[in-house]
Amino acid sequence: MSASPTAPQPFPITPAPDGPAPNDQVMPGQRVRLAVERPMRLDSGIEIGGFQIAYQTYGRLNADKSNAIFICHALTGDHFVVEKHPVTGKPGWWEMLVGPGKPVDTDRYFVICSNVLGGCLGSTGPKDIDPATGQPYGLSFPVVTIGDMVRAQKLLVEHLGIEKLFCVIGGSMGGMQVLQWAVAYPESVFAAVPIATAARHSAQNIAFHEVGRQAIMADPEWRGGNYLLEGTRPEAGLAVARMAAHITYLSEAALHRKFGRNLQDRKSITYGFDADFQVESYLRYQGAAFVERFDANSYLYITRAMDYFDLAADAGGSLANAFRPGGKTTPVRFCLASFSSDWLFPTSESRAIVHALNAVAANVSFVEIETDKGHDAFLLDEPEFHQVIHGFLEGCAEHRGLSVRRRAR
Amino acid sequence: MLDIRDDLKLIAEMVEPNSRVLDVGCGDGALLDYLAHTKNVDGRGIELSMDGVRQCVAHGLSVIQGDAETDLKDYPADAFDYVILGQTLQAMRQPRDVLGMMCRIGRRAIVSVPNFGYWRVRTQLLLTGRMPVTEKLGYQWWETPNIHFCTLRDFVVLTEEIGITIEQSRIIDRAGRVISRAHSGFANLLGEQGVFLLKRDGS
Repeated sequence: MSASPTAPQPFPITPAPDGPAPNDQVMPGQRVRLAVERPMRLDSGIEIGGFQIAYQTYGRLNADKSNAIFICHALTGDHFVVEKHPVTGKPGWWEMLVGPGKPVDTDRYFVICSNVLGGCLGSTGPKDIDPATGQPYGLSFPVVTIGDMVRAQKLLVEHLGIEKLFCVIGGSMGGMQVLQWAVAYPESVFAAVPIATAARHSAQNIAFHEVGRQAIMADPEWRGGNYLLEGTRPEAGLAVARMAAHITYLSEAALHRKFGRNLQDRKSITYGFDADFQVESYLRYQGAAFVERFDANSYLYITRAMDYFDLAADAGGSLANAFRPGGKTTPVRFCLASFSSDWLFPTSESRAIVHALNAVAANVSFVEIETDKGHDAFLLDEPEFHQVIHGFLEGCAEHRGLSVRRRAR
Repeated sequence: MLDIRDDLKLIAEMVEPNSRVLDVGCGDGALLDYLAHTKNVDGRGIELSMDGVRQCVAHGLSVIQGDAETDLKDYPADAFDYVILGQTLQAMRQPRDVLGMMCRIGRRAIVSVPNFGYWRVRTQLLLTGRMPVTEKLGYQWWETPNIHFCTLRDFVVLTEEIGITIEQSRIIDRAGRVISRAHSGFANLLGEQGVFLLKRDGS
């Protein structure tokens, strides 16, 4: 199944002259059309112009615009970092880490988070209407990469008038974007915090993503990607994709602690295929909740972007070279964090990045946090992790000459 | 904050202001912090214990969790002005290789070592017939992380063998006072530890 034309050619995302895109009415937050004058070239060679990026900002940009922190969200995350999610009503995904007096202190820093290109919560993606046809893009949307997502983020940052970010921070897919920022725009990033991530998506990770994609495509309601046009929804497939992925975000210890082999609302097994076990019921709930807020085609595109990510391959096969732009050691200050029970992005992946950074004598900190919560730990209450982020940002702020914390209240 | 161990103070004295420093086995980062605040040093650290690393990073120091014996090889030659190893050489499996790597990636290396030739150590072994336990070597033989003991003379001999020049040395007593500014038989007997500024021959 080819999602985009094989030969590079202009992609007709023409800017809607005025008026919001179809999904604008329901989504709070800010949005901007980028690459309107000059189209942006994707890694696939296709050019897109006038695409929309949805974003949120928190805190205030200081006079010399030196206190901006860009947050990169994970695969199924979005730009609602701190506030109540407009669809699910749940708290923002990084409320524990970001806010006034939190490790990423919005009293002190100007925080930006945008929905990725190809997303489904306000940034242009496959579910949006192609102005050329008046129909949703579906699979005619071009394949985007992590590099493309970051390119779009850079345009947004420039649009906000910021020349150099104080810090780029993110976990998982967000961590890949952080690495991409540091490698693609070393002069525009003072510090980078890639969390629970890797310099490339491993074969095992690609394999899990393929299971998810095949689940979606096997759903008869998917209709070759044209479900929006045909008025169906591949909910079953997307839910299965989410269930499989969700297992990879946890650890055996966390699953066992939460559920063990406990039965759900019953005293004994039923000798059937109901959700007898609590863990089954939990996964079904996760799947069902996910289809409420996420678009199936977007899931295909974004998982693909992660699969294609390989920082070393882009630097001629040497990861260290990626951190030696123009033959000089990267000026970016790095802080990597991994979690001991994360088997999706294990510590060894972070360590490989640390070794490459050492090979160019870059400025790097690296901490493995001891926890049994698995990959998801970066979203959870992990005080030591939060301490590390706080300390690293404080240290960087000192070096960057950002004034000491002043609580303005 | 600026009160640090005696041998660390001596190490700090050997470091030029505004230089680039890698502290191997940096513990809680006391020396890095001291150097950053008193000498404006661009400091990095490697530490094996996660507790130490967390403390360091949470205090804004650039420190990675890692093992000197496997991770030093990653660094390019002359990446730092000084590579420091305080009171840790004796805990290395391959102290000779570690010294060599330190002098490769640093223009200078600074090493402090406990002296197994110290008179109290010598007399303990001589009089009691048991492995010595002192303040600086405060472990029983079966629990010690220190696996390669040396005397100051042994250390000097090793540096000669692997082509390392001792540019400066400070031999200190139990109270941390400098008793000699150079290695000698006298210092080898009376010094509890030595601090050495090293560079590779010909560099």
